[in-house]
Amino acid sequence: MADVAVHADHGSGHGHHSSTGLSNNKLAMWLFLGSECLLFGGLISTYMLYRGRVSDGPHPSAIYDIPFTSVSSFVLLMSSLTMVLAVSSAQRNDDSKTNLWLTVTALLGSTFIGGQVYEFTAFYREGLGFSTSLFGSSFYTLTGFHGVHVSVGVILLLSTMGIIRKNRITGNKAEVVEMVGLYWHFVDIVWIVIFTLVYLIPA
Amino acid sequence: MAIIERPSSAPAVPAVATPSSSLGALKRPMMETGWKSWLFTVDHKKIVIMYGVVAMFFFIVGGVEALLIRLQLALPDGKILNADVYNQMFTMHATTMIFLFAMPMAAAFANYFLPLQIGARDVAFPRLNALSLWLLVIGGIVLNLAWFLGGAADGGWFMYAPNSGPVFSPSNGVDFWTIGLQIAGIASLIGSINLIVTVLNMRAPGMTFMKMPVFTWMILVVQFLLVFSLPVITVALVLLMFQREYGATFFDAAAGGDPLLWQHLFWIFGHPEVYVLILPGFGIISEVLPTFSRKPLFGYPFVVFSGASIGLVGFGVWAHHMFATGLGPVSVAVFSIATMAIAIPTGVKIFNWLLTMWGGKIWYTTAMKFAIGLVLLFTVGGLSGVTHSVAPSDTQQTDTYYIVAHFHYVLFGGMVFGLFAGFYDWWPKVFGRLLNEKLGSWNFWLMFFGMNLTFGPMHILGLQGQPRRMYVWTEARAGEGLFNLAFWNMVASIGSFILTAGVLAFLINIVYTAKKGPKAGADPWDARTLEWLTTNPPKPHNFDRVPVVHHLDEFFHRKYEEDTATHTMRRIADGEDLVRAEEAAADTDIHLPGPSYWPLMLASGIGILGLGTIYGVPVMVVGVVVLLLASYGWVLEPSVPDASEIDPPSPDGSTKEIASLG
Repeated sequence: MADVAVHADHGSGHGHHSSTGLSNNKLAMWLFLGSECLLFGGLISTYMLYRGRVSDGPHPSAIYDIPFTSVSSFVLLMSSLTMVLAVSSAQRNDDSKTNLWLTVTALLGSTFIGGQVYEFTAFYREGLGFSTSLFGSSFYTLTGFHGVHVSVGVILLLSTMGIIRKNRITGNKAEVVEMVGLYWHFVDIVWIVIFTLVYLIPA
Repeated sequence: MAIIERPSSAPAVPAVATPSSSLGALKRPMMETGWKSWLFTVDHKKIVIMYGVVAMFFFIVGGVEALLIRLQLALPDGKILNADVYNQMFTMHATTMIFLFAMPMAAAFANYFLPLQIGARDVAFPRLNALSLWLLVIGGIVLNLAWFLGGAADGGWFMYAPNSGPVFSPSNGVDFWTIGLQIAGIASLIGSINLIVTVLNMRAPGMTFMKMPVFTWMILVVQFLLVFSLPVITVALVLLMFQREYGATFFDAAAGGDPLLWQHLFWIFGHPEVYVLILPGFGIISEVLPTFSRKPLFGYPFVVFSGASIGLVGFGVWAHHMFATGLGPVSVAVFSIATMAIAIPTGVKIFNWLLTMWGGKIWYTTAMKFAIGLVLLFTVGGLSGVTHSVAPSDTQQTDTYYIVAHFHYVLFGGMVFGLFAGFYDWWPKVFGRLLNEKLGSWNFWLMFFGMNLTFGPMHILGLQGQPRRMYVWTEARAGEGLFNLAFWNMVASIGSFILTAGVLAFLINIVYTAKKGPKAGADPWDARTLEWLTTNPPKPHNFDRVPVVHHLDEFFHRKYEEDTATHTMRRIADGEDLVRAEEAAADTDIHLPGPSYWPLMLASGIGILGLGTIYGVPVMVVGVVVLLLASYGWVLEPSVPDASEIDPPSPDGSTKEIASLG
């Protein structure tokens, strides 16, 4: 997503004057995230419709391990804090701090993914396969989609770090980090909604 | 494509390129001619020509499918197609026409004229623009591959359960369909984000929102519709894919699933999609009607805001496609009223167009004929649309040919006629030659009569109860006199061939124009908007000098001035001279984005990944690898070639130093 916008404009045309004053990259990222809201909206609606339809499989309340998921949710939330620190370091042009916080964020994100892998394995052992019931299918689809988003985020974080290290960044460094940050916070916020609707509100 | 444009007064020296590596493996392609200059281009104008060719190809494919359908239905107990092939035929006819012709062709118009109308030199993200094109091409290929790999999708374009399930659709057709549409959807999503950013951020100085041409406005509304509706169909397609490939039962009623969930998800996308299809047509004729009536558009703000409100309300009417499913009285009433309400802004537009023509000096060019044709035919389709909003009446009409008649009047009479008006109006802009008016006249009248003969009788067929999607009808139930099914089916089938003759006249016109068409001057239509303030066809950098905008219809106001005494418009400048003046005052050192391999490669990666869901994990892995490689190549490659990639000195040393760009 880190495309470098071009104002193919005249004269010395340097990147950052636009009709709205916002950079093209950021505007595009916000639009993309707006679109993503509808994607998760659709998946969450599907889950809400099907969460009580368990067929012969386990009921949500029987398998959810709220304390465990709370901890991994907390880890993901903390990664938003470290992401903010990374963006702030990038804006102060402090490469080593930026890399540090990006690494920490990626680690926290990976921890969350690890938690999800553990959780999926545990649920599977307790009898909830992908095609066991409508509840199973919609649960795995929703949380799986979120997991893929977090994983893509981790790849983005690590790539950004590598590119900064090698000094191969094309465009405004602070803005690239900020855009990865926007994506990361979005994925985080979606998890808050999912955690509340899926885990906390009983089916 | 030229990388650096020099002032036109200077001798034209091609930019010699010594490409630097971006990922080590692939060097930036720098050629200006030949097939590579097309495959790797990021110039919005070249991309559009490829969009146009692809869309036209699929228009012909979809048209042939339609003709086969009409041949099958011309006589009772048709023998041309069997039931299975017939199902594939109507499914792919609709899918092709909507996703592979109408949307790409509208995207072509948008991509070409939107930057030109707002005075920009390209879209905001040129490489993403190329990616959209290639994803669309790959989506189209995947959708149609199924014909050769066991049969195409056969559940109708809205693919309701249980038709989409393995019992009723055992071939891989639906699998290719879900993958193809997801890929085409990504293409549209990227395209829409790109165009929104372009409109919001890259307008020429002075071009406020209320000075934007109506076409640009309508395209902006359409892109917002796409951004917020495409993810919903993506969810539906993903769920269907998981059901077919991985054993979920989302829409399987026997396993407790809800077929209605599919219908809701599909139509939450599907109804905004209807406006995605029609609004570009509205935008085009809102440019054509004033130009050829030689009057400003009547009530510009009303046209703009009614277009925007159509877009907004368009999100709240989806369930009118589902009145027959038993939604309950409250839902039906709400969606019924919302649907009726949408007729208001549409009516506003129609009156604005009529009043634009009222008292104008009308110039009956082919473009104008198509625009007037749209107003007429869309009104017919709009009126039958209002009859659908009345739920009790709609339950009678659901799944009959009356519906088919309605949506072909709005889509063919509206959308396609709008596109054809655009072809004739803008052909000289894109290709520098005027389409032949005589062939154009044949084109219009054959299409106009053909379309009314094809779709007009379907109203009667539908009200008589002939169901959609039936591969035969029988003589025994044909009815009598004026309501004889045999007669009207035959009329519709003959009409479809007249319609085809009209389309052929257009194709002949294209060839004829390319060979013998007269060169167009800079301003053949005495046009009104900014896209004409440059040469035909425009240079790679669009404008020699970025225009400063003072008026709505800026180009017109540069040519005409109001005589305060008589309140008439007096010509003060010639379009031709204005364009030459711009050339004389050209900017120097214009930096354009360089061509790139990565969009095509990234799109291929996504295509392979998609096919992997059908052909197994190893294929998926290959797709992911290609995808990742292309992404890294993309990110590491500056979108504008830097100085080291271009040899700056030209023989006479006239080249300026290259300014660095972010």
